[in-house]
Amino acid sequence: MNVLMEQPYQVLPFLVLALPLAGFIVLALFGDSIKRQGESTGAGYLACGTVIAAFLLAAWSIRSLLGLGVRAEDIRFAQPSLGWPPGDPQRVPLPWISVGGLEIPFALLLDPLSSLLTLVVTGVGSLIHVYSLGYMAHDEDRVRYFSYLNLFTFFMLLLVLGGNLPLMFVGWEGVGLCSYLLIGFWYKKKSASDAGKKAFIVNRIGDAGLILGMILAFHAFGTLDLVDITSNAGSLVREHLGEFGVVTTVCLLLFVGATGKSAQIPLHVWLPDAMEGPTPVSALIHAATMVTAGVYMVARLAPLYHGSVTASTVVAVVGAATAFMAATVAMVQTDIKKVLAYSTVSQLGFMFLAAGCGAYGAAVFHLFTHAFFKALLFLGSGSVIHAMGGEQDIRRMGGLLKKIPVTAGTFAIGTAAIAGVPFLSGFYSKEAILAGTLGAGRLGPWLLGVGLFTAGLTAFYMTRLFVLTFLGHFRGDHEAEHHVHESPWSMLIPLCLLAVGSIVAGYHWLIDVPGFLRPVFRLPEAHPHHVGWLLPAALLVALAGIATAAFLYTLYSDVPERLVTRFRGVYRALTAKYGFDLAYDAFASRVIVGGSEKLLWKAVDTSLIDRAVNGSGELVDAVSRRVRLLQSGVVRGYALLILAGTVAILGYLMWPR
Amino acid sequence: MTPDRLVQSALLLSLALFVIGAVGVFLRRNVITVFMCVELMLNAVNLSFVAFSRALGTLDAQVLVFFVLTVAAAEAAVGLAIIIAIHRHRDTLDLDAFNLMKW
Repeated sequence: MNVLMEQPYQVLPFLVLALPLAGFIVLALFGDSIKRQGESTGAGYLACGTVIAAFLLAAWSIRSLLGLGVRAEDIRFAQPSLGWPPGDPQRVPLPWISVGGLEIPFALLLDPLSSLLTLVVTGVGSLIHVYSLGYMAHDEDRVRYFSYLNLFTFFMLLLVLGGNLPLMFVGWEGVGLCSYLLIGFWYKKKSASDAGKKAFIVNRIGDAGLILGMILAFHAFGTLDLVDITSNAGSLVREHLGEFGVVTTVCLLLFVGATGKSAQIPLHVWLPDAMEGPTPVSALIHAATMVTAGVYMVARLAPLYHGSVTASTVVAVVGAATAFMAATVAMVQTDIKKVLAYSTVSQLGFMFLAAGCGAYGAAVFHLFTHAFFKALLFLGSGSVIHAMGGEQDIRRMGGLLKKIPVTAGTFAIGTAAIAGVPFLSGFYSKEAILAGTLGAGRLGPWLLGVGLFTAGLTAFYMTRLFVLTFLGHFRGDHEAEHHVHESPWSMLIPLCLLAVGSIVAGYHWLIDVPGFLRPVFRLPEAHPHHVGWLLPAALLVALAGIATAAFLYTLYSDVPERLVTRFRGVYRALTAKYGFDLAYDAFASRVIVGGSEKLLWKAVDTSLIDRAVNGSGELVDAVSRRVRLLQSGVVRGYALLILAGTVAILGYLMWPR
Repeated sequence: MTPDRLVQSALLLSLALFVIGAVGVFLRRNVITVFMCVELMLNAVNLSFVAFSRALGTLDAQVLVFFVLTVAAAEAAVGLAIIIAIHRHRDTLDLDAFNLMKW
């Protein structure tokens, strides 16, 4: 008990991990009997309870951790590990993997970065759990749903709390598994199970890079401990652009994993399809937490990425390209969740853009604010879909503002936050990113330009979404209009809390995320790039985007169609999502399936392997057919052969040499 | 008779017995006869062993004779048993009639 009171941060993180896991185990083991006894709602309460309790425990342990340092610049971190006696710094941590020179303890890492992420995961996570109580109230299988949700929370916490790369990787794979399970939650729907498989397969491609990166990191640094890697990275010689040293290779391989998990070009194709899952899942996994794992990893290894200009540049360029590409596609989507999905891809691109430019603080800052407003927007869209009785097409919505005012109001706050309206969280974090791009050297101005333009596009497509959904006249049929109703309180309260979060998460005086995180990144003090015109420019771009969309979709509603007919080629490229899916499909069906069928099956298997196997059998058969004639059944024939053989052998032996 | 001549005569007798036995095995059709011819060949070999033993002045070959006698006795027991079994089954002792075990 002593340790618990004096150093709660040594013990509590394990409890934080254990609670959702325990919830999952109970729900998974007793799911059937819970369902039989009609206690499915109780299962939901249990799941919510574990996550809320985990949030409180996490807050307690982080509070005690932050009380450690005297100055703000001190890195205050703890590496809790299982072992006895608890809390004794001299004890040997319980080994988890011990092979040859590789010693991996089951140790966690609690520092400002993982603290922040833990609070986001458990905080936003518990709101989404509560929301799910209302959203999934009529689903038959909600015990299974909540057990998956708990399992996801456990793995996500393991991902952010893991003290070494393999432990982080376990969480990384675990959230991938839960993502697959939850995307395909309504597995009777073909498109849902297909989307789940797609997400899983695309993520495997990225994970291959992650594994290779981990192996190479161990080979190069001799350790997989996150603290060891990052604290030693400062002594490495910085690798210049175009130089492919070991740090660059490790960073690029790990970034391949990040592109898979965080939906960056070219592995972004799974995230829009992941919208087949229940909407709270989209909010939790595919907006607020799991998809930001890649950003978290890059930020976690910031000193390493800082050591390679090439890798940082690749991260920044891929991020900027993804941000721009996804924002343009979002402009033409008509499914409310697809717009938000592409918006998420785009915002993740922004985060990588910042990380690649060295503004890791800004990247995680945007991750933090994005978790609030994007979860809010997804949950809001869930509320809209709930109100519309399952309709997701914004062309059949409109005028919902008066019918579902709470949803509409919170959705408006989320829209304003992501669009970059001043005094809302998104404005501050996006401004930090744009300022950070100037740290990228010669490429900086270009990246800043792309970032600014994409910020304008963001404001445009989000305003378009809001206007089409909530303003104007209802465009659905009469029956649908009659059905529209506000969601239950269990859904509205999380919306309101997230709306508050979306407003205040960016305020300096409340929580200074970049300053809070600065010690973690162990980077040399960078000169802040304060450009006087940046703030007004960002503001102008956001307002221009909002105003354009507002005018186009209210007063001049015939203009978008005219633009579509005028720029048919562009429009088709956008609706085809730049053809990534088509290209991958063509590759898969033509090269892989065709190659398997024509080459591997017909050429290699049928005519090579089968022929060799059958041929050897036929050869033995043909030879035996002739040889067996020797066995004539005439006993004296055998005797003659024996004699002949004996004479032959004796003759050979006695032959004079 | 000198010892050399004695050995030579014994070897010639052994050769004659062996050839008689071998010819009998190939030419006779009665199983019992063939069997006896095989015994004859064995004894021809025994005779040559004893002759060599005498010529070389060692007992090694005589030890081998005992082995051959033992094996021949065992073989005679098994062989006669097989012959009786076949005779009960096929009512004949003609060697050429026993040709079922073939391709």
